[in-house]
Amino acid sequence: MEFPDPYNQEISNNKAVHIYFSQAVPLITYIDESCLYLKEKKCAICESVCQNEAIDLKQEPEKMEIKVGAIVLSPGFEPFDPRVKEEYGYGKLQNVVTSLDYERLLCSTGPYEGEILRASDKKHPHKIAWIQCVGSRRVTHGDNSYCSAVCCTYTQKQVILTKDHNADAECTVFHNDIRSYGKDFETYYQRAEQLPGTRFIRSYVSIVGEDPETKNVIVRYATAQEGVKEEDFDLVVLSVGLNPPADYKSLAEKFGIELDSHGFCKTNPVNPIETSRPGIFASGAFQGPVDIPESVFSASGAGSQCGELLAYRRGKLAKERVYEPEKDLSGEEPRVGVFVCHCGANIGRVVDVPSTVEYALGLPNVVYAQEQLFSCATNSAKEITDMIKEKGLNRVVVAACSPRTLEPLFWDTLREAGINQYFLEMANIREHCSWVHSLEKEEATLKAKDIIRMAVARARHLEPLQEIDLPVNKAALIVGGGIAGMTCALSIAKQGHEVHLVEKNPELGGMARRIHYTLEGLDVQSYLGDLVAKVYQHPSIHVYTDATITEATGYVGNFVTKVESGTRVAEIKHGVAIIAAGAREYKPTEYLYGEDDRVMTHLELEEHIAKSDEKVTKAKSLVMIQCVGCRNEDRNYCSRICCTLAVKNALKLKEINPEMDIYILFRDMRTYGFREDYYREASNKDVKFIRYEPDDKPGVEAAEREGHPVLRVSVSDNILGQKLAIDADIIALAAAVIPPEANKEISQLFKVTLGPDDFFKEAHVKLRPVEFAAEGVYLCGMAHYPKHIPEAINQAYGAAGRALTLLSHDIVTVSGSVCEVEEKRCMGCGACISVCAYSAIEFRETRQGRKAVVNPVICKGDGLCNAMCPTGAISLKHYTDEEIISQIDAAAEEEIPQKMEAAVGDI
Amino acid sequence: MCSGRVDLAFVLRAFLNGMDGVFIGGCRLNECNYVTHGNYRALNMVLLCKRIMEHIGLNPERLSIEFMTSGEGIRFAQLMNMFGKKIKGLGPLGKAEGISENELKSKLEEVRKLIPYIKIVEREKLESRLENEEEYEGYFTREEIESLFREVPSYYIDPEKCQACMICLRKCPAEAVIGGKNLIHVIDQDKCIKCGTCFESCPPRFAAVKKITGEPAPPPIPEEQRTIVRKSKKTSKRTSAA
Repeated sequence: MEFPDPYNQEISNNKAVHIYFSQAVPLITYIDESCLYLKEKKCAICESVCQNEAIDLKQEPEKMEIKVGAIVLSPGFEPFDPRVKEEYGYGKLQNVVTSLDYERLLCSTGPYEGEILRASDKKHPHKIAWIQCVGSRRVTHGDNSYCSAVCCTYTQKQVILTKDHNADAECTVFHNDIRSYGKDFETYYQRAEQLPGTRFIRSYVSIVGEDPETKNVIVRYATAQEGVKEEDFDLVVLSVGLNPPADYKSLAEKFGIELDSHGFCKTNPVNPIETSRPGIFASGAFQGPVDIPESVFSASGAGSQCGELLAYRRGKLAKERVYEPEKDLSGEEPRVGVFVCHCGANIGRVVDVPSTVEYALGLPNVVYAQEQLFSCATNSAKEITDMIKEKGLNRVVVAACSPRTLEPLFWDTLREAGINQYFLEMANIREHCSWVHSLEKEEATLKAKDIIRMAVARARHLEPLQEIDLPVNKAALIVGGGIAGMTCALSIAKQGHEVHLVEKNPELGGMARRIHYTLEGLDVQSYLGDLVAKVYQHPSIHVYTDATITEATGYVGNFVTKVESGTRVAEIKHGVAIIAAGAREYKPTEYLYGEDDRVMTHLELEEHIAKSDEKVTKAKSLVMIQCVGCRNEDRNYCSRICCTLAVKNALKLKEINPEMDIYILFRDMRTYGFREDYYREASNKDVKFIRYEPDDKPGVEAAEREGHPVLRVSVSDNILGQKLAIDADIIALAAAVIPPEANKEISQLFKVTLGPDDFFKEAHVKLRPVEFAAEGVYLCGMAHYPKHIPEAINQAYGAAGRALTLLSHDIVTVSGSVCEVEEKRCMGCGACISVCAYSAIEFRETRQGRKAVVNPVICKGDGLCNAMCPTGAISLKHYTDEEIISQIDAAAEEEIPQKMEAAVGDI
Repeated sequence: MCSGRVDLAFVLRAFLNGMDGVFIGGCRLNECNYVTHGNYRALNMVLLCKRIMEHIGLNPERLSIEFMTSGEGIRFAQLMNMFGKKIKGLGPLGKAEGISENELKSKLEEVRKLIPYIKIVEREKLESRLENEEEYEGYFTREEIESLFREVPSYYIDPEKCQACMICLRKCPAEAVIGGKNLIHVIDQDKCIKCGTCFESCPPRFAAVKKITGEPAPPPIPEEQRTIVRKSKKTSKRTSAA
C-alpha cells in the first residue's frame, strides 16, 4: 500500500514503512500513521518478515521527564498555505504549485526523481511563472503584513535550477521589490536575471483561471509599457511566505513565553535570542522570518547563552569515548577489505552491487569483500568493525558516497576495530557514478568497478598517521570593540575565559556611537553606555584602545598576537581570534555631497535629529536618495540596512514635524522581515516613495524658490510617467556601508580570506557563517557584511558559541595529513617555502647544508609544496606521490576505449 | 589536498599509461576558501605541460583544466561530456598524432626524467599568480620550451680533478653520485636529476664537477681505475694516472 508522501508535498506516494528523507538523521526506516495496523489493526506483515525483529507495532508513546538548566526553542516556521486565499486557485488548478512543491519537483530525491513534471499531463512545463509575495506584505485578511525575507532569493535559485534542468525553459518572475539584501544576493539576482529566457516583471498579478484544454494557467498582469495583459503559463509557482510555527500558541503556553503580534517569539531587541522567560532561548525562524545564515547565527548564539548559564557544569555529563588500543601493523602485508554500499536504492538501483563485490575479491591484496544496504547505518558500521577483527583486515575500502560527509564516521569505525583511521579509503560510487549515470546501468557498473579498483590500489599504499594533540590556550582575542565585539567578549568572559578586546579607536562602541535610536525604538546610546560599562567592569576582559595589531603568529589554540596600544606593547597569547572589525560609511561624491552642507548622509542626518537641529527638524521638505555608492559597478552589493535607515529617519522626522514633506527615492525598498510594517507606516504617514531606475538616477542642483535657496531634485516617476522636480531643504543620502581599509591587513595577519567586496569571507556562506576556513578564527558583525544591530548581536553570540566549542577543550587535534621532508632528498632550494601560504616550512642548517623542515601544526595539507619540489623530498602524507600514482596506474588497467564510450553521454 | 597538488608527474604518468586525455578540476580562480590560491599553480602546471606536449608532438587539447564550485554539478557534467567527446574526436593517443607507441613512450619517459630539472628552471613561473586569466595568454612560449629542452645540462665529474672529498656525494638529493673515501666519484646519469647540487657544492679549489650542455656527458672512468693512492701530502699520485 502506498500513501501520499508528506515529505514530497504529497505529490508522490510512499509506503507506511519508509525512510523520512535521504539525509534524515538518523537515517533509518520508521512507520508512520498511514500504517494499516495502526489505523485498523490489519496487516502487520512487516513485523513477521523483519529478520532482526526490529518492529514492534505495539509500542506506546513514552513520557519522559528530563531535568535541564536551559531550553532552546527552534521550532522553525510553517509555510504559508495559499488555500486560505482562494484567488490563487491552489488546490483547484492542477498546475498551480507552491514554491515548496516546486522545490521537491526540482530535487533528485523528489517525487519524479528530479524531473520537473506538471500535475495535469505529467509533462515538462516549458513556460513557468513565479508569483512573489504570496501571503506576505499585505494587510488583507489571511495574509501576513510582514515580508517573509527569503522568497526573492529562493525564487531566483529556483529559476537558476530550472534553467539547469532545461536550458530552453522560459521563466517569468512577477515581483514587487527585489529584496536581494543578503550577502552575495545582489550578484545572485543578476545571475538569474541575465539568464536567457528569463523575465523579471514588476507587477501585481491575478490568476484568471485555466485553459480548459491545455490546463495552462492564465495570469493577468500589468506593465507600465503595455498596460494590462493576460498570458498563459504551463505552470505557476506561488512563492509562499513564512508563517509562525503551526502550534505557536500552545508552544508559547507550554513554555510560558510571550509572542509578538505575528505569532513569532517576542524577543529582546538587544538580545534577540532571549525570550520573555529567563533560561529559555529562541533561535532560527522562530525569531521571525530569516534565511539560513541568520538561523545559524542564532543557533550557535543560543548555544553560547546556554553556556553562560551552565558553564559551571560544562563537561560533567560527558563520557569519554574509549577506543581499542591501536594495533601495530607495520611490516604486515596489506589485507584489504572492501565494503560496497547499496545506499538503499541510490547506488543499488543503478550499479550491480553484487558483481562489484565479486570483482573486488579478484583485486590484488583484497582478502574480503561484501555488500551492505547502508554502510553508514550503525549495524553496518559494527559489521565493518567485526570483519576487520575477524578477517584481520588492515586496509578498508568503503565504496559508497563522497568522503566529504561520512569519512569521519568510517574513521571512527576503523578506530573501534583498533586500526589506524588513515587506513580507510572511500570509493565514491554514488555522486561520481550512480547519481550521474542513472540511465546507463551497465556502464555505471563498469565505472564503479574502475573506481573500486583505483581505491584498492591506493589503499594498499596507505600508511598509519598520527594526529597531533595541541594544548588550547584558554584566552580569546577579539579584533574590534563595537557592539559585535563587545557582545562576543562578554559572552565568552561569562563562561570563564580571559578576553583581550582590541579597538583601533580611542573609545569602544564602533559604528553604534553614531546611531541614536532604532526602528523598534531602542535608545542605542544608553544601551551602548551600559554595554561599554559592563565590558570595562568585567574582570576577565582586557581592553586595548588606540590599538594596532603589529604581528599575529601561531595557529589554532596557540596564537600569539602583538598589540600596540599607545605606548604599551603587549604580546597576547590566545587560543581563538574573533574578527569583529566592523564597517564604515561611504563618503559620497554624488549629489553635491561635500559641496553643499544641506546634503548629508543618513548617519549625519541622525546626528542632526538627535541634536534637535532646527535646520533639519524644521525643514519643509526633505528628500532621501537610496543606494548611494553601492548596487553599482564599484560596489556590486546591497548595503542591506539603508532602506530601513531611511524609513526610520522618515518616521522620526514625521514624529517631530508631521508637516514635513518627505520623499524617499529608491530602487527597491528592502525593508525585509518585520521592518515591512514600518515601511507601511511611513507610507500611511504620507512619506512619498518614488522609484527610480539605476540608469536614470535623480539629479540634484542648487536653485531658488520664492527667493529661498533650495535643492532641486529631479526624478522620473515611472507610475506617472513624467519627470518630477522636488524642491528640498535637506537631502539625505543612503551612503553605502563599506569595509574598512584595514581589512586587507587583518586578513593577512590572521591568514583569513576576504570576499570580492572586501568583507571577510566566512567558511561557508550558509552553513558556517561565523567561522573562517582557518581553524580557530571566527567572524561577527559588519566585518562579515552590513547588518542591523539585532543581527550583529545574534552573530556575536554565534561567534562566541563557536569559539567556546574550541576553548572548552583542553586539546585540539590537527590532521595527520600534513607534509613532511625527507632530509636526505632535500636540496635546500626553497621552492616549498615560497609556495606555502601558511609559512609552515622553514630552513634548518644541517651539516649537509640548509634543509626544509615542516611545522606539522601549521601545515594545512594543501600539498602545493609537494607538487613544486623538484627532488620529491617533501611529501603530503595520505596523498603521497606513490599513493596517487598507484591510482593513476590502476585507472589505466582496464581497456580504455571502451571506457571512453561509457563516459561520453548526453545530458 | 588542493588542485595545486596535481603534479606534472601525474599528468605525464597518465599519458604514459596510454590515457587519451587528462582533465583537472579545480575551485574557481580567486575564490579560494583558504589563503593558498593553489589553483593558480595547477593552471601554471597545465599551461607548461601543454607546451611540453606540443614539443613532443602530442595534441595539447588532450589536457584540460576547468575551474568550478561544488554547486555547479550540471556545468561539471557538461564539461566532462564535452571533454569526453573532444577526446573521442581526437582519437587514440599517439596514433592520432602519427607517433608510434614506442616513440611516444620514449619521448614521455624522457620528459618524465626531466621533471626535476623542469621544475627548477620554471620555478618562478610555476609559483606565480597573475592578476587574471587573460594574462595567461602565451605565459609559456614555444621558444622557451624549445630552449628548455635544448639546454638540458649533464653533470660530469672530471676524474683528473676529483679529490674524493665526499661533499657532493653526501649532498646529492638523488643519491646519484657513486664513490667513497679515496674513490673518485662518478655520476650515475640514470639517477641524476640535473639539480646541480654537486656542481654548486664542489669546492672551487677542486672544481671537479662540470656542467655540460648540448652534448652527452663522457662515460665514467672504469671502476678499477677509481682508487686514489695518497702517498704523502705533497705528492699525491693516482694509480689511474700511472
